[in-house]
Amino acid sequence: MSEHTISTKSYYLVFLALMAGTALTTWVAFLDLGWFNTPVALSIAWTKAMLVVLYFMHVRQSTKLTKLVAAAGVFWLLLLLGLTMGDIATRGWLGSPGK
Amino acid sequence: MSAEAHGAVFHAPRGHQFDTAEQQKDASTLGMWIFLVTEIMFFGGLFCCYLVYRWLYPAAFAAASHHLDVALGGFNTAALICSSLTMVLAVNASQHGKRGALIAFLILTILLGGVFLGVKAVEWHHKFVDHHVPGPSFLFEGPDARQAQLFFSLYFVMTGLHALHMVIGIGLLTVLTVQAKRGKFTPEYNTPVDMCGLYWHFVDLIWIFLFPLLYLIDRHAK
Repeated sequence: MSEHTISTKSYYLVFLALMAGTALTTWVAFLDLGWFNTPVALSIAWTKAMLVVLYFMHVRQSTKLTKLVAAAGVFWLLLLLGLTMGDIATRGWLGSPGK
Repeated sequence: MSAEAHGAVFHAPRGHQFDTAEQQKDASTLGMWIFLVTEIMFFGGLFCCYLVYRWLYPAAFAAASHHLDVALGGFNTAALICSSLTMVLAVNASQHGKRGALIAFLILTILLGGVFLGVKAVEWHHKFVDHHVPGPSFLFEGPDARQAQLFFSLYFVMTGLHALHMVIGIGLLTVLTVQAKRGKFTPEYNTPVDMCGLYWHFVDLIWIFLFPLLYLIDRHAK
């Protein structure tokens, strides 16, 4: 792992991509895409996050165990959000009392 | 990561439980990542809270979100991304034993972090002036004042917790700068720089999600 000999050039490229992503997400936010605005914003944010994690945080060159831990973090977060919204978003479906 | 500074030359101090310096570094990286996962869950609870209330009160959240300053938020996003670049260049400099560059990039990172916090302070000040701080003096035009207060509560807690992480990060980087000046880091031993780098990038990562969620996603609908 410690042999991450990424050239500084790739750091600058990732930096430019992150800046471009910030400009893009700000620009897109002012367009009316209806319900599509949120998925677009989150996709751009996710892409930027992956660039930071893989290149700036060197996960690309990390051990498999470190990769697993990082992925587990995302997994548990999705579990938290998914199960919570599975409850909140579906409460009205059956029209049950005490909604 | 402190305690061992005695001005001596540091030759990759290695714990006796490790076979190689590389194994020791992998263990540090793994430990740091496990800490960062707990941080993901820490912020994740707040993101979850935000998601629930945004789902329940979309109109109020959209109206409240319009009171945030996209220009300042965007500027701060750029400042943080620049600081992530200088941080990764600092890590790179320490791996190549370039002490001068390491110190310069650490100081640049600290300065950019300071710029972020300064702009954040200006934004918070605007919120106080506009009575958008949750509490007895909260004022909000429109029918959704109570729900808008929820948005601003989440805004302050999430950006506040993020800013607290920035302050801690700046503290860590200041310690690193002093240690780097004393010649603590070599191409063989630079784990503290690397670990603080992970922490700093993580803080950037949180902001990458906070910026669109708080400032942007309701902009299109007025």
